[in-house]
Amino acid sequence: MLEPTRAFKNRLGLWGWLGGGRWGYERYLYTLHRLTGLGLLAYFLLHIVVTSSRAISPERWNSAMASVSGPLFTIGEYLVFVAFAFHAINGVRLAIIELGWGVGAPIEPVYPYRTSVDVQRPLAIVALLLAGVLVVLGGLSFFVLGQR
Amino acid sequence: MRDQKLWTWHIAAGAVILVLLGMHMTVMHLDRLVHFAGLNPAGGHPVDWANVVERGKSAAFMVTYVLLLGAALFHGLYGLRNILLELNPPGILKKAIGAVLLIAGLGLFAFGTWAAVAGHALARTF
Amino acid sequence: MGEMKNVTYRVRLFDPNRDAAPHWESFAVPYVAGMTVLDGLWKIKELHAPGLAWRSSCRMGVCGSCGMLINGRPGLACNTQISELRSTAVAVAPLPNFAIIRDLVPDLAPMIARHQELKPYIVRDDVQERENPTGEFFQSAHELEQYLQFSYCIKCGCCMAACPTYATDPEYSGPMPLAQAHRYNADTRDGGFAARKTALGGEAGPWRCHYAGECSRVCPKGVDPAKAIQLMKRELVMDYLHLHKKRCPAKVAPKPSSPRREGIPEAPAKTV
Repeated sequence: MLEPTRAFKNRLGLWGWLGGGRWGYERYLYTLHRLTGLGLLAYFLLHIVVTSSRAISPERWNSAMASVSGPLFTIGEYLVFVAFAFHAINGVRLAIIELGWGVGAPIEPVYPYRTSVDVQRPLAIVALLLAGVLVVLGGLSFFVLGQR
Repeated sequence: MRDQKLWTWHIAAGAVILVLLGMHMTVMHLDRLVHFAGLNPAGGHPVDWANVVERGKSAAFMVTYVLLLGAALFHGLYGLRNILLELNPPGILKKAIGAVLLIAGLGLFAFGTWAAVAGHALARTF
Repeated sequence: MGEMKNVTYRVRLFDPNRDAAPHWESFAVPYVAGMTVLDGLWKIKELHAPGLAWRSSCRMGVCGSCGMLINGRPGLACNTQISELRSTAVAVAPLPNFAIIRDLVPDLAPMIARHQELKPYIVRDDVQERENPTGEFFQSAHELEQYLQFSYCIKCGCCMAACPTYATDPEYSGPMPLAQAHRYNADTRDGGFAARKTALGGEAGPWRCHYAGECSRVCPKGVDPAKAIQLMKRELVMDYLHLHKKRCPAKVAPKPSSPRREGIPEAPAKTV
């Protein structure tokens, strides 16, 4: 048996998260779910601090709101909305799957194999369509109807 | 043992956030499309002081804000903890990550609860 | 693919006595219809590189020895036709997420060690019955179906190579040990759920799986470890909520009281 120090370490590392081969769609949904989660978390931590100004005085509130207005911030908030739409709907899909409901029952494997990935594919499609509808509605509200 | 419990709460918190943050997003960003009576009563933008005051007066709102704050902080920081631990840091760093995230979470929860309660009290004076 | 004469193999080589790091080398391999990737490796050994090292045995997809990264996807070399790769270039590398011992030979010992820690065997209280069985265990066809799929695992390691969490986190058990732990938890003959729970409730458990689904997509035997892991999560969550049904392990079927069943007519007399 070769001593462990002589063997060459061969983990994919972060490249295994981002994609290193011909992966399926669900793998990219996983990566996107992580990215949107991190983005939402970063926004949320700042959001707590910014909106706490409503406990101090209306002047502080208005100046805080003024500092986060403008076209750049509007686009940024829309991106947060998009991230939420995806993360929430995909999160519902993941909760259903990871509690064992969307994956199908154990079956005798007969080639070509129909795995849980195939069984949950319709759920994933429905989830993405729903998220898409929300993104469009949000876009409408943000940029057409003049909502901030 | 611990991950079995924390993960269950993570999913539960996600369900709570789905409802409460969904409402928050609707009130804040979809108001022109879906107008909840009484949630943006002063017209204009949802972040105008008048609207903030109207929502702030409601004790129910304060409670839901605190609930959302707690659920979102737990859900987000537990997710961040998972991502950081999966990157396989050395042993001491693992404990440090857990401790830092816990302290940050509790601190932000305390701060946010104060802001919600004080905001409610301030709104009542308007 | 019909008139193809040669395919070009790019093989990732590593000799620990000579090399500091793995490197690619190309070989021309004469193509015959019906060749598998494994057949090509034997040809390379015959024609170009007698020192090329890999694991293989049954050459028919049941032993699990020849797991490799073939054109970017983990798979069995003996089970992969060159024609199904739809290319005259065949890139063969050892399975990622395992240390490379030499050339195409990965070090699967950590996977096997974790597999052993999760007790992949029937655990029962009646040790006497296990050591000196007196009869069969009752198990219905429906009960068999709950774990049969996961018992087809040949321990090839392809799922571990495809898992994004295992790519960064060696503490994570990975799809194979977890699916096999679930195979035994789901087996009605087994009473070891509580024994496995100590490990499965913490870092060695399924909690770092986020359903990328790659393990099930690459599994050459259709074991669907992703499904096993999600079913295991449900069991463990139900256990945390105190809703888990504690199943008594399957009872031993009593031997019939007489060697011959009642009411069966006697066979006709022998004619020879």
